[in-house]
Amino acid sequence: MTVRHALALLVLAAAPLTAPAAQEPTQGVRIGLTYTAGTRPGLYVLPMRGPHADSIRAILTRDLDFGDRISVIAPDSGAPPTGKLNYPLYARLGAAAVLQLTPNAAGGLHVVLHEVGPGRVMNTRDFPLEGAPLSAGWRRSVHEVSDEVERWVTGVQGIAATRILFVRGGTLWQVDSDGANPQPVSGVGSALGPVWHPGGSMAAYTEMLDDGTRVVVRDLLKGTARRYVVEAGSNSSPAFSPDGRMLVFSSGSDGTDLWSVPLDGSERPYRVTVGRGSTNSQPTFAPDGRRLAFTTNRLGPPQLYITDSDGANPELLTTSGFGDQLYRADPSWSPDGRFVAFSTLVEGRFQIATIGLRDRAVKQHTLDGINEDPAWAPDARHLVFTSSRSGSKQLWVLDTESGRLRQLTHGPASRMAAWSPRFSIAR
Amino acid sequence: MQRNKVLLLAAVAIAAGSTAACQPKPEVAPVPTVNQDSIDAANRARAEAEAAERARREAEERARREAEERARREAAARAEAEARARAAMDAARAAFATAIYFDYDRSDLKPEARALLDAKLPLLRANANIRIRIAGHADERGSDEYNVALSQRRAAAAKKYLVDQGIPADRIDVVGFGEERPAAMGSDETAWAKNRRDEFEIIVGGETLRLP
Repeated sequence: MTVRHALALLVLAAAPLTAPAAQEPTQGVRIGLTYTAGTRPGLYVLPMRGPHADSIRAILTRDLDFGDRISVIAPDSGAPPTGKLNYPLYARLGAAAVLQLTPNAAGGLHVVLHEVGPGRVMNTRDFPLEGAPLSAGWRRSVHEVSDEVERWVTGVQGIAATRILFVRGGTLWQVDSDGANPQPVSGVGSALGPVWHPGGSMAAYTEMLDDGTRVVVRDLLKGTARRYVVEAGSNSSPAFSPDGRMLVFSSGSDGTDLWSVPLDGSERPYRVTVGRGSTNSQPTFAPDGRRLAFTTNRLGPPQLYITDSDGANPELLTTSGFGDQLYRADPSWSPDGRFVAFSTLVEGRFQIATIGLRDRAVKQHTLDGINEDPAWAPDARHLVFTSSRSGSKQLWVLDTESGRLRQLTHGPASRMAAWSPRFSIAR
Repeated sequence: MQRNKVLLLAAVAIAAGSTAACQPKPEVAPVPTVNQDSIDAANRARAEAEAAERARREAEERARREAEERARREAAARAEAEARARAAMDAARAAFATAIYFDYDRSDLKPEARALLDAKLPLLRANANIRIRIAGHADERGSDEYNVALSQRRAAAAKKYLVDQGIPADRIDVVGFGEERPAAMGSDETAWAKNRRDEFEIIVGGETLRLP
């Protein structure tokens, strides 16, 4: 029996466990409460009393709403119920679960999740709330509660406690996933195209000086920076390998190629692409680190290619079209490995699209205005991108499954977003 | 009648008295004889001296004016030469600094771009010490990051042309600024066309340029 046969048998054996829930909505192995797949379970968030209760409840319900996996039911007024919950009442209101929030003695939050169907407490936990109330750190603590509650309800951890790096006024900024706390990253000069290190504490970006561009890796906590140059003049569009050890970026004088450099500088730069004078730029790694997608004009207009991470087996990812619709760029490989999101020229304007790695099916996600430069959220479901639909370039968040959109940034023009990984904070 | 006699006598007496009181009469000074010739001679001499003085002054004045005029002409000529040289230098600098333009998403040189690059060659050849930087730019359309690479390729295309014409490659730096430093604001073809460009800058030796 060949390895392939063995793999096929394994897949078959596993199939009943992972069969799409749509076929048998109420069966299958899953974490979280039971609800009909393809719908968003209703979560009733009970009124809350105590210090900053309104803020906590508002942040939490908004986070769960932005997660697009839960249908949040949160009436504005009322007193918290006392005694045993009237589960059938919440069932009639469309709730599959009820969230009960109470301040605890330690200044934190006591959280109880009730499952309405069986009428029982499903999960309970005390969360600390760090820092001064309403401060950035305190808000992040609340976001972490939201993300855990989303995991309790849906089986998938939320992405509220994440941040987005972006470019505003030619330098680097970051903003919370809900649009709060936009602030410049200190110590950064002229910057383009930020990306997060998988560890979440570092970022790489292109620094633009009068004598050229170079790649900078900055420790966002310590403020230290290291610069990377393969060939003087042009060094841009960095990407980290998923293991966080390598940095791949575009460099060259006559055309640009992708080069791979160990972050610690322990080895000489390795040339990944051989473009022969063409532009090869914007690398993005598959989550297993074995392949990467990039933009190249080696066939004429910019197109997306994928290649083994050592440069072997380069292959056209996006198929050719006609006329100006050939322009495709800004690839971003989804954290679950299934899709590459990109910008594509449609009737003279850029739009956001995704292509499936398995079936190469392309899906266009936007229609209004000019939409560019998508970057995946760590949930492999949401995309942040630059859109001109509001009149100026701003960051917007798209739920690729429902098509729901929300504006993330306001004020001065913002672009070139990068979504952080989920931060793992030791407690 | 008697009365008339008295008066006459009195008058005689007075006359006699006064005659007796008079001094002896002095010799009369001889009246000088006027020599008109010498007067004329003196006048002539004086006129001649005055004329000579006038002529001298006039000559001096003329010489001074001529010197001034000469100086003015020389200064003017110098200024004109300097202005011509400056104009020639300005023209050479302007020809050098003239941007070249590209088509959308293209980095190949158009014929007019080649002509503009040719116009830069004399200055580059006359000043072997200068070092230049070619900065490529892109319009706002297209991927921001890809445009950095595209603009760098535009700069590299101009460098390759100059190197092919004999300018040493190590005297030319190239850099791509993408769409980050537009020459014209706006979101129409007029602005875009102005932004798809290479700019040229002398980064070493620009203060002491020699004319071609």
